[in-house]
Amino acid sequence: MSTPPFATELADNTPAKAPGPLKGSAAALLVPQARLSGPIPWVIAIMIALVVIAAAGGLALNNLTGNARAELSGAVTIQITEANETLRKQKAATAAEVLTAQDIVASLRVVPEEELDEMLRPWLGDGAGNQDLPIPALIDVQLSSASGPQEIARLQAALDADVPGARVDAQSEWLQPVYSALSSLQYLALALIALLTFACAAAVWLAARSAFSNHKETVEIMHLLGGTDAQITRIFQRSVVRDAAFGGLVGLGLGAGAVWLLGRQFAALDSGMVAGGVLGMSDWIIIALIPLAGVALALITGRYTILIALRRML
Amino acid sequence: MNERAGDTVNFDNVGLRYGTEPEVLSDLSFTLFPGSFYFLTGASGAGKTSLLKLLYLAQRPSRGGIRMFGKDMITLPREQLPTYRRRLGVVFQDFRLVKHLTAFDNVALPLRLASVPESELQKPVDDMLDWVGLSHRVKARPATMSGGEQQRVAIARAVIGRPDMLIADEPTGNVDPEMALKLLRLFEALNRLGTTVVVATHDVHLLKKVPESLIMRLNKGRLTDPTGALKFPPRSTGPMGGGQ
Repeated sequence: MSTPPFATELADNTPAKAPGPLKGSAAALLVPQARLSGPIPWVIAIMIALVVIAAAGGLALNNLTGNARAELSGAVTIQITEANETLRKQKAATAAEVLTAQDIVASLRVVPEEELDEMLRPWLGDGAGNQDLPIPALIDVQLSSASGPQEIARLQAALDADVPGARVDAQSEWLQPVYSALSSLQYLALALIALLTFACAAAVWLAARSAFSNHKETVEIMHLLGGTDAQITRIFQRSVVRDAAFGGLVGLGLGAGAVWLLGRQFAALDSGMVAGGVLGMSDWIIIALIPLAGVALALITGRYTILIALRRML
Repeated sequence: MNERAGDTVNFDNVGLRYGTEPEVLSDLSFTLFPGSFYFLTGASGAGKTSLLKLLYLAQRPSRGGIRMFGKDMITLPREQLPTYRRRLGVVFQDFRLVKHLTAFDNVALPLRLASVPESELQKPVDDMLDWVGLSHRVKARPATMSGGEQQRVAIARAVIGRPDMLIADEPTGNVDPEMALKLLRLFEALNRLGTTVVVATHDVHLLKKVPESLIMRLNKGRLTDPTGALKFPPRSTGPMGGGQ
């Protein structure tokens, strides 16, 4: 009887410390999975698409609010209510002189009556230009700094002396309810992203558990032959990452397409405020990073799901 | 505990029960010495497979102490178990081949798990399959193999890495007498190289084929010791009793 051909030299070379991960082909052999056969890559794709849309919406709202705040932060409106047209014009001119003398005023513009009539026409119709319907004179003022309560009080005091009855309003105050609504929408977008992240992690958890159950026999054999948790986990991680990468790319495509189409629809509104919500380069970079975050989330979830399952075995 | 540093295995008053059932193994105290050849016998249900599970580290005992290769296996962290499992070769009664792998890949599995490079796998695995008479079945999967062929693949997988201890559960149950003898000679050859061999069998004829073997007999979960194998080191001069 000849000596059996043991892999003696190989055995002697076997490292005493934990062995490294199984290489690609060997790992694929052990846990064969038909590529993209299950629903998980598509579930991840839908989740990522929804996250992209929610994130784009949140970023657009953030831009819109930021631009509106910047535009209106130093804007003040002076309103002069006077029934007599001649007197009203005089008061407006006096107010403009007083304001020009203030060092905090960067520029001002007395709004022409025709412009006021045009602004009110949607509500008053032809009555907008009626002399019997007195309309207050308006002066748009741009301050050199933000219009805080101190600046408003200072202008009001300066006008009270020469133009009694003139009222100073910070434009940003009018939009405060709009800002609040936009903030709520931003929080809603964040909550949506958090929920989708949780749902995505749950889907990966279920998929990893299912894959583990399907290959439990193989895992047990690997364990008994000296396979480490790290080696076994990596095998499953590979397929989770592959599925998540596919889902992420498809989701990014779908989501970005939807955002682009929505952007075109909003651009057609030709509204100054909506134009402030246009996504910039940094926003698109953040959106492009979403699939990477999805892959990282899937990797971490998959890894811990398998590790927890393995720790229930000896 | 009555063990020495060089012992392969030392059991000290070991008991095993599954859940709340009565103990399937009770008061097992014995030492397996390096380079010895043991037969583990006993009737069906005597606890042979349960004892082997403790030996190949698939199960922890309910009580008592187990030391292997000088390490306490009871307190050994779970993460360190693979290091010791890689020093064992196991032939399972139900073979436990990976169903979707070929004979080649099944035999190569322990080497791959030990991070042996792919380029160094081909020759030893081919040679081992040739030695167990399966060179023509390299690409066959378990489902297409006979019971005997599967058993030979399982044995090739167990011995390919030249383990410190070989544990075989009824390894000749599915092969013809000629192949059974050949496999036994394989175990002997491995034993001559210093590997401790433990073969569980209820085939009394097999025991006579290895005259220098030591016999451990299980009866209702308790060990008897017909050859005195468990109390004293084996004869030290021959190839079967190395190390003492």
